[in-house]
Amino acid sequence: MSRVSTAPLRLVTRDDRAVQLPSNSSLPSIESEAQLRGLLGALSGVDAVGAEARAAKLATRSLKKSTKLAALDLAISMVDLTTLEGADTPGRVTSLCAKALHPDANAPEVPSVAAVCVYPDLVAHARTVLGASTVKVAAVATAFPSGRASMAVKVLDVKEALDAGADEIDMVIDRGAFLAGRYGQVFDEVVAIKELCGATHLKVILEVGELKTYDNVRRASWLAMLAGADFIKTSTGKVGVSATLPTALVMLESVRDFAEATGLRVGVKVAGGIRSAKDALRYLVVVNETAGSSWLTPDGFRFGASSLLNDLLMQRLKQHRGAYVRPDEFSGD
Amino acid sequence: MSDDLTQSRLGAMTYDPAPESAAIVTFRDAYGLFIDGRFTDPSSHDSFATINPATETVLARVALASASDVDVAVKAARRAYETTWSKLSGAQRAKYLYRIARLIQERSRELAVAETLDNGKPIRESRDVDVPLAAAHFFYYAGWADKLEFAGYGAKPTALGVAGQIIPWNFPLLMAAWKLAPALAAGNTCVLKPAETTPLTALLLAEILQQADLPPGVVNIITGDGTTGSALVDHPGVDKIAFTGSTEVGRLIQERVAASHKGLTLELGGKGANIVFEDAPVDEMIEGIIDGIFFNQGHVCCAGSRLLVQESIADDVLRRLVRRVDQLRVGDPLDKNTDVGAINSAAQLARINELAAYGEHEGATRYTSTCVLPDKGYWFAPTVFADVAQSHRIAREEIFGPVLSVLTFRTPDEAVAKANNTKYGLACGVWSEKGSRTLWVAQRLRAGVIWANTYNRFDPTSPFGGVRESGFGREGGRHGLEAYLDVH
Repeated sequence: MSRVSTAPLRLVTRDDRAVQLPSNSSLPSIESEAQLRGLLGALSGVDAVGAEARAAKLATRSLKKSTKLAALDLAISMVDLTTLEGADTPGRVTSLCAKALHPDANAPEVPSVAAVCVYPDLVAHARTVLGASTVKVAAVATAFPSGRASMAVKVLDVKEALDAGADEIDMVIDRGAFLAGRYGQVFDEVVAIKELCGATHLKVILEVGELKTYDNVRRASWLAMLAGADFIKTSTGKVGVSATLPTALVMLESVRDFAEATGLRVGVKVAGGIRSAKDALRYLVVVNETAGSSWLTPDGFRFGASSLLNDLLMQRLKQHRGAYVRPDEFSGD
Repeated sequence: MSDDLTQSRLGAMTYDPAPESAAIVTFRDAYGLFIDGRFTDPSSHDSFATINPATETVLARVALASASDVDVAVKAARRAYETTWSKLSGAQRAKYLYRIARLIQERSRELAVAETLDNGKPIRESRDVDVPLAAAHFFYYAGWADKLEFAGYGAKPTALGVAGQIIPWNFPLLMAAWKLAPALAAGNTCVLKPAETTPLTALLLAEILQQADLPPGVVNIITGDGTTGSALVDHPGVDKIAFTGSTEVGRLIQERVAASHKGLTLELGGKGANIVFEDAPVDEMIEGIIDGIFFNQGHVCCAGSRLLVQESIADDVLRRLVRRVDQLRVGDPLDKNTDVGAINSAAQLARINELAAYGEHEGATRYTSTCVLPDKGYWFAPTVFADVAQSHRIAREEIFGPVLSVLTFRTPDEAVAKANNTKYGLACGVWSEKGSRTLWVAQRLRAGVIWANTYNRFDPTSPFGGVRESGFGREGGRHGLEAYLDVH
């Protein structure tokens, strides 16, 4: 399945995309690895000090009252409730799905989360439990989390997830290839997986903790978007450094600029280490003031998290009642 | 672009008001002059009101010091210098400076609210910039107080005596700290005159000096107007004048001080150039331009009020800049989410309006934020002028407001030539990912401060000051000690 990277690369056609695209989109056609390299090389560099200062400044925004309540509910609706453990069982996934559908048993008005995120072998079970609900089943595939497998294995991984009924695929890029400068190979892989996915949402995990520099994050973001990603995602959650506010800032700047250049809106998913509602609200502020308010939907922004959900519920109840409740008010899933 | 993308206004999610409580600070109805360690009534019993520029309400009345009050203050400072302060060791002086620094930190929330009320600047800036930096200056110079012999100004550098210090209204508390901390560390006593429109944080600082048990007369704070400052400059008992403010007033002071025994340092106006090359890190550069001109409503002597952008990227930069300007949150300075606050005074607003109108008259293209301005108070919507020529008034004169003039250049030589083509020389910024070019440009810019890939960053360890009509002398760092030591 793998292509010779120097050979012409074909982009997914616009009709393959999950989102209905504007008619005037102008995705550049990538004909060669040299062209791709030139395109990525021409991207503006990122000044790390400046990016971190900007993120820190946005983190001082203060959300109060109705803004805070609306933002908490919005954040809940953007959660990809995730379990990615070797110890996962059907029973565990069943209870996670129940939590996804009705996060707070005592408050039916609380929105469902966006998706549950599981390994491919548990997709069928999750699909059955979730039934016809709006909650999507997302599967991590392509030899998640390291991505160290042959393309044939990655393709099979994705196919199985799709056949089992996954609505969304979270793939990892080959960080080794990216860091070695084999951009064409990474591009080919994303294109191939997107072709398999068709209308199914494809989230491309950059694993920013391994890319290390913001310049790399920006290049990898553009590479994934050019190759047909519906979402770009920070991390697997399996390495030391996962999502950070400045990394999200750089990725949101990238999707904003990509949308301006092509008319295509790509979403951003932050994953790993986001545990508090306060952190989640900070991300929403960065989304609002960087990509813009049209990204403030589950189609535009997601949180990959598990323990975050209960803190969002806790803060939500605090806003309504004026006092904190005990953590045991919420189910522990 | 699709409709939903064009409708995607940056920052369009509304934020409910998140105001800091004004009740955190309680002003007295009236303040006297702080002389010899206590508040006293001025001899004439004259006073004036200081107002909140965001609401035009009176915050307090403050004393108007006459020439005879200035005389009393200078004599108190002289007495304190001779009987107390010059007798203390550096380590003993440092003890007081550390105390002041800690008290500023302890009362930081109160000071931030007071600064925002009196000045009109956003609470985010007074809380995150002005007050922490003021404390940092006292901490930093406290460290120098017992190490003066190692500062490179001779084996046993001595103080000058009594320093007369006149500060502006744009960073009231911070400028007081910039002036007082090095002067006290070097062993001088001070007579400080805050700006007419922003005296309150200096008066809160006077309370802090009392709390710190600073010996009476070491610092005297006299409020007033131009006549007060004039009397201080002319007083024969003053050994040193340090002034921050306009170039016009600085020139008058230099004339008056000439041929006297008095030392002088001046930190005056500017028309800083922010130079953007085509390989600049674009998102951080846009933030830097925004910080450079809209920080503190553009009431910044080192503001990057001229944007020199390489012609090859000018359209893209302007588009991004205008989009970003429209996103700035203008309004209640006490709201924690406000980016741009109120103009400090009606007089300053009139000057900004006059120059902005002139910019249109001269043919520059005006982009003004669509933000809604409050009904009461002094406000000016953030504004960018494109198509500005070097000959335009808005490219030459200091506007001291939230108004940016955008010019273009073709080559590094032209960028340097245009940046230097000003009577001022306070600060410049250079934006490029190519270090060798940044250094090449920086070496050729005639300005006291050059920022690379950032703008308006301050630190007590870094000297700050200008050349040419932006003044002389340095504040901050080891260099800042020289202004208050007898180095001749």
